[in-house]
Amino acid sequence: MAYQAITLMVNGDQETVTVPAHMTLLQMLREELVLTGTKNGCAAGECGACTVLMNGEAVNSCMVLGVECDGTQIITVEGLAGDIRLDPVQQALIEAGGVQCGFCTPGVLISARALLDRNPRPDEQEIREALVGNLCRCTGYVRIVEGIKEAAKMEAAASSVV
Amino acid sequence: MHQPTPGLPEFDYVRPASLEEASRFLADHAGEARLFMGGTDTFVRMRDGVWQEKYVVDVKGLAGMNDISFDPQHGLTIGAAVNMNRVMADEAVNKHYPLLAQAASTVASHQLRSRATIVGNICNASPAGDTIGACIVLEGVLQVHGLEGKREESLRGFFLSPGKTVLEAGDVVSALRLPIPPKGHAGRYVKLGRNASGDLAIVGVTALGFPDETAVSGFRFRLALASVAPTPFVPTMAEEILANQPLTEVNVAAAAEAAQESVTPISDTRGGARYRKLMVRNLVKNAVTEVWQQLME
Repeated sequence: MAYQAITLMVNGDQETVTVPAHMTLLQMLREELVLTGTKNGCAAGECGACTVLMNGEAVNSCMVLGVECDGTQIITVEGLAGDIRLDPVQQALIEAGGVQCGFCTPGVLISARALLDRNPRPDEQEIREALVGNLCRCTGYVRIVEGIKEAAKMEAAASSVV
Repeated sequence: MHQPTPGLPEFDYVRPASLEEASRFLADHAGEARLFMGGTDTFVRMRDGVWQEKYVVDVKGLAGMNDISFDPQHGLTIGAAVNMNRVMADEAVNKHYPLLAQAASTVASHQLRSRATIVGNICNASPAGDTIGACIVLEGVLQVHGLEGKREESLRGFFLSPGKTVLEAGDVVSALRLPIPPKGHAGRYVKLGRNASGDLAIVGVTALGFPDETAVSGFRFRLALASVAPTPFVPTMAEEILANQPLTEVNVAAAAEAAQESVTPISDTRGGARYRKLMVRNLVKNAVTEVWQQLME
């Protein structure tokens, strides 16, 4: 089995990991870097529980090889919050009651973060489209969508203050 | 190895330094090496044990693979590694090939489209491929690097059976080229899934129409159907009716019936054969009517 050493930035920290070629980014995050916030759901790119940011773009980490991540920047749910404050999408999802069992939440948060980064003022349709790849079996999505709307408002308010 | 998080079977990862090296490696390891782009189909098949290659070959880092460019003479060139979100956001695609952007938008989810590619969708040769129809009606041509060097392959005749194309061991598709589309064209991809978005097509209908003085109707239509035959399917009878009869509701319905008659879909978990045939009729009618309305605007 061929192992390869790769160096990447994970949540702002440089990491060097030696991984077998067939190890997915999801496995590397969970088993090698012990970042277990990112969840394994379907392992087939459908449920979105494993969503992370790769160079700023939301991807299903179960569908990316670890070895493909050499030189990339990865952000997982653990990398969203600052030392003092939660990311607005985290804060807003808590306040909206958009978290029930919580299994889909890390992926939802990352998809929401990616959405607001590329489109700071999404309408409801755009929010729903951005969440097509994040399955939630608890909430019925309504409160998640409300939370993301609220996060967009929080960010708009914060940026107008600055 | 102990794997608490489920994943893929063991394989080696090969990153050739050039197209020549990639072609040579793939030819030397025919049957045990597989080229992949975003991996969104490849890794699912490998995880399920359907594909058991010893090597996966990654050419995404090679020159040109990530480029997308438009030239008013030759049209659009999309590098094989350009992901679908980039295609959807591209200015030239939206201006000159909006059909392709719209078809891509129906594929799975945002995070899947961050990895999935148009060329991968084509080479995967699934009858359900959502962007294949747009590439066929826009007369796409693949730029292929093989053991003999570079060549082009038209998408007409490219697909042989589910997952099988005319590509041979050693062939690497480096880009898709779409020529300048016909003047005044309009297009639409209509997809029926089990839910409104994110699912595979039960039936997909791509329609492109454009003015043509040599046609009786004054227009020509190009159609492509997904998920109703072993390969992406062009219903030529329906296209002929739309060119050779005046464009009327009755004739559009006749073309839709001709399309229905020309397909022999299978029944599977997504839909029954009879349902699919009926949906081909309805969706061809809807797609052509929408395009017709756009052409009249």
